[in-house]
Formats: sequence, C-alpha cells, structure tokens
Amino acid sequence: MTKLKPWISLSGIGMFAVVLLAVAPLVLTDHWLTNLGKYCCWAIAAVGIGLAWGRGGMLVMGQGVFFALGAYAMAMHLTLETAGDRVPGFMVLYDPLAPLPAFWEPFRSAGFTLLAIVLLPVIAAGILGYALFKRRVKGAYFAILTQALAVALATLISSTIRETGGDTGLSDFKLFFGFVLNDPANKVMVYLIAAGLLIVCLLAVWQFYRSRFGELLVATRDAEERVRFLGYDPANIKLVAFVVSALMASIGGAMFVPIVGIITPAEIGAAASILMIAGVAFGGRASLFGPALGAMAVGWGQSSLGSTWPDGWTYILGLLFVVVILLLPNGLSSLPARFTGWTRRSPAEQPAPAFDAAELEEVRS
Amino acid sequence: MDALIPQLLNGSAQGALLLLAALGLSLTFGQMGVINMAHGEFLMLGAFTAYLVQQVIAASDLSIPVALPVAFVVAGLFGLLLEVTIIRWMYRRPLDTLLVTVGVSLILQQAALQIFPSQGVPVEKPSWLDGQLNILGYEWPLRQLFTIVLAAVCVAALSAWLKYTSFGRRIRATVHNRDLAETTGISTRTIDRLTFFVGSGLAGVAGVAASLIGGTNSQMGAQYIIPAFLVVAAGGIGQLKGTIIAAWAVGVALSCFAYWTTGSLAQVLAFILVIVFLQLRPQGLFTVRTRSLA
Repeated sequence: MTKLKPWISLSGIGMFAVVLLAVAPLVLTDHWLTNLGKYCCWAIAAVGIGLAWGRGGMLVMGQGVFFALGAYAMAMHLTLETAGDRVPGFMVLYDPLAPLPAFWEPFRSAGFTLLAIVLLPVIAAGILGYALFKRRVKGAYFAILTQALAVALATLISSTIRETGGDTGLSDFKLFFGFVLNDPANKVMVYLIAAGLLIVCLLAVWQFYRSRFGELLVATRDAEERVRFLGYDPANIKLVAFVVSALMASIGGAMFVPIVGIITPAEIGAAASILMIAGVAFGGRASLFGPALGAMAVGWGQSSLGSTWPDGWTYILGLLFVVVILLLPNGLSSLPARFTGWTRRSPAEQPAPAFDAAELEEVRS
Repeated sequence: MDALIPQLLNGSAQGALLLLAALGLSLTFGQMGVINMAHGEFLMLGAFTAYLVQQVIAASDLSIPVALPVAFVVAGLFGLLLEVTIIRWMYRRPLDTLLVTVGVSLILQQAALQIFPSQGVPVEKPSWLDGQLNILGYEWPLRQLFTIVLAAVCVAALSAWLKYTSFGRRIRATVHNRDLAETTGISTRTIDRLTFFVGSGLAGVAGVAASLIGGTNSQMGAQYIIPAFLVVAAGGIGQLKGTIIAAWAVGVALSCFAYWTTGSLAQVLAFILVIVFLQLRPQGLFTVRTRSLA
C-alpha cells in the first residue's frame, strides 16, 4: 500500500513545508500572509476531515463544533488577557456590574487554555463517538447528527450574548500570550505557528496512513462487518480517527482566532462546517494532500470571491459539490491519474471500495 | 395547567408542520437510503409557489386551496428532475448523495434569493383562517388547526395510497426487499422516480403550510431540513406511525422548551433530546424487522 514509496509523500510534505514556512513569508505581503494563515487553519481542520471521512468513511458534517471548542477557548483567553483585571468590555455593555461567568475564570491561565484546546475536543469527541459508534450509528444518521450538533452549538452561542458575545462574537484581541498582536513581526510568528501546525498534522496523518491502524481504518470503511468478524471492534477504530480529526479541527480553530482576530457563530455553524467538507471533497478526500490543498482553495474562494461576488460564489460552491462528487469522487487529486493513466494510487486512496460494498448492504437489508 | 394547553396545541401544530416536512423525507430515505438535503428547498419552492399562485388568483380565500396541488406538482417535478439528472447515478454511494444534494440546495437557495426579494415575500392568509377557536379558555389560531388537518389529510392519503393501490404495493415491496421486488418483475427504477416525485411533492405541500405560519424566504428550507431528518431518524424507517409520533413529540417538546426557556435554546434542547433518544433506540421508535447485521 502506501508503504511502498514513503519518500514520495514525505518529500511532498517537505516541499510544502519549505513553501509555507520559508518562501511565503518572504514573498507575500502582510495582508496575504494573514490570509494564507487563515487558509492554513481551515486546512488543519480539513486534514482531520480527510482522516475521518476519506479514510474512515465517517461523514463528519459538524466539525464546526470542534473548531468552535478550540476557537472559543483561545478567544476567551485572549479576551481576558486583553482585558487584564477588568471584566471584558462586551459583558459590561449589558450590565456594568456583571461578574465574570464562572466558566471563563480558568481561561485566564495560558497553560489551562492550551490544555483545554487539546482536551476539550478529545473529551467531547470521545464521549460522542463512543456513544454513537458503539450503538453502530453510521452513514447518513451520523452525518446529520453531527450537523445538528453544529447547528445547536451555533444557536446556543448566538443566544448567549452575555456569556459568549452572541452573534457579534469575540474580537479586538490585543495580546497573544504576551505578544502584541498588532506588531507585524508577531503576525508573521502567528502565521508560522499555524503553518507549522499544518505541517505537523500532515506528518501525523501520513504516519497514520502507513501504519497498521491506517489499514484497519480503510478496511473498516470498506467492509465494517468483515472487520468485525475478523475480531476487531470497528467502533474503537473509528473512535480513534474521529477523536484525532476533532483534535485537528480544534487546533485549526484555536489558531484561527489570533490570525483573523474574530470568532463568531457564523464561522462554526452548519454553513461553515459544510464549507470545510467542500474543500476536502474538492481536493480529494482520501489523499494525503488533497484535503489541505482543497481547503486552501475553497478558503481562498470564500474570502475573495465570497466578498466581491457573493452571489456567484454560492453558485460556484453549489456546482462544486455537484460536479466534483458526481464526476470526481476522488477530487482533484485523482485528475493526474485520470489523464495520464498513471496508477500509482493505492486502493486506500479510493473513497469507493474496490469491491462493491453497496451490494453487501443490499443483501443485508 | 393554564400554560400547558397552549403549549400542547402550539406544539401539535408545530409537530404537524414537521410531520409534513418529514413525510416525503421518510419516504425517499426509507426506500432508497438517500438523504435529500434539498428537501428543505423543495419546501421553500412550495411556499414560493403559494406566493406566485396568489399573484394570479388575488383572492386569498381561493388561492391557498389552489396552491396546495400546484405546489405538490411543482416541487414534485423538481424532485423528479433531481432524480433523473443526478441522484440516479449515485445509488451505490448514498452518503455522497447527501453531499450532492447539499450543493443543489445551495444553488436553489441562491436562485430564490435572486429571483425573489431577499427579505422574503408575503403570503396572504385566507380570511377563513383568521379566526380563533376557544379551547378551554385559550384562543387557538385557526391556521394552526389548518396545519394539523392538512397533515392528517396528507398522512391519510399517503397511507391509503401505499396500502390500496398497486403503485403503493410496489413501493412497499421495494422498501422491504429491493432485489426480491425486482425479481418479481417490479421496475424499481420507475418506482424510485415515482417515490421521489411524491416525496418531493409532499415537501411542496408542507411549504404552503409553512408559508401561512412563518415567513416565506430563501432561508426557510434550511431551518426545516435538520429537524425533519431527526424526526425521520427518531421515528424509524419504513413506517409512517413512527414518523407521526416522533413529529408530534418533537413539536410539543420544542413548544414546551420554548415556553420554559428561549426559542433558540429550545432548538438545542430538542436536538439533544433526539440524539439521546437515538442512543437508547438507534433503530428509531418503530422499525421493519429485518435479519440485517447492523
């Protein structure tokens, strides 16, 4: 499988790292570097979606939930850091004597915040995944339930103006762990952290894919019952992939906050979660680079076309879903193979199994 | 007690609307395992059809009864078009169908946004729905009763159609065992198309009902699709009674939660309730017994 030529993928990641970490900061203006940083955050979440959906077959339509956990943990810390000893400005707006809500208090500590960014999604995805996968909830049920959670969380945040800033979200961060965010040098630093984390996530997923766990995950995607009959518990395999993908979404969210400078429920709701899926589908859900590059492309479209030509962008996004999924289920990453007949591709990189699992399903139902 | 009756009545009306939205979804999902995320937009099409019919027939007393069958046909034809052009290529990839229809729903929403005013259009309520019904001291708006009656009529018509006509028998056969149905000479392709037409048409009818209760705008479909799917999931696949009970329960729960807390929190609580319920009964309330593994 992918073990055959590890150096191809590895040198790809290396080139990607050189472009992102060395070339981009030298070539791009501050404005575009910030934008690229934003795309990197979406790409980090997309790498996780690629793992869960492309390789694991779990259509995670609510990654906004985990994106939000990381983003709001980070945003709460930055808000408190900016406010210093006082209560954050937006809270005082409604009630001058308002005390800080109790759940904000621990986020004063930088260590706790970093821990929360890692542990909150792991715990949340762990509980949710354990509950769903053990009861063998899958397919469309799983997809819609996760999306329902994203809608629910976005609604919850919108309606708690006093505690979370509501629809206006959290913004106006001045400090980032002691660094002044307005300083151009610090902006570059924040970008480098995000780009570095993206490379780390790619390396982690690369290692996952070539490990025996990666093979088991693909096997579970293609023939869950067979894996079960072989003595493995598919629920545990899926749980690991789901938790890792949630963690990546959270990291992406956490870095999104200092780079973009604002987090609102619109960035985490159903539409945002679907946008993350769009990038992964576009790039190629089961490939190594597809999700990250696809997410960057869609992110670029969203932030440039989405603001200058919003009507057209929505049509493009809709057509993207229809055309890519209908005609190119492997995304753009399958195009070279299609035109050159160059078949280096392993079965693991095909989102559809080699044999027809649908027929198996039909026999069962 | 004084607070309970309005919540029960409001909730029942809300549940009836959810039921109308979920009926078609449960039909297509039950039969083909296909989640049509554009179902909410078919509902929106129904609502806009009600508006357009009103532009032709100005008298709202007459236009709403006319709009119901027209909306059924319009939404149904859109559904048929979707099936013929896109979905039929994807029966082997049901999960991908979900995403393709997400794309279709984005396109339909945007088209509606550009064709109609972005703040939405007004749909006049017929004068015979203006009144209130006094139930134990509570003035119950007649249009809520209308939603319930409409849902009841649709359920009755659908179940009679499924039970007594030859098309209905073939649909049920296909739901139970597609391969066996095919071997006995049923054209499952035709049945699939017909089911899609009827299922999408029901969304159109739901849209007319929704236009009388809430606003008619390009975003209205999006707010129905997820609750409707949760209703289908909680009710169980392949049987109407599960969908009916689940829709009523979710409607009443939404209404009660909204009374005790706030509207948006009620939605969150109702979602969580359904998710917890699915934890206890992943197969839903009622299910067709099969010998399947999962």
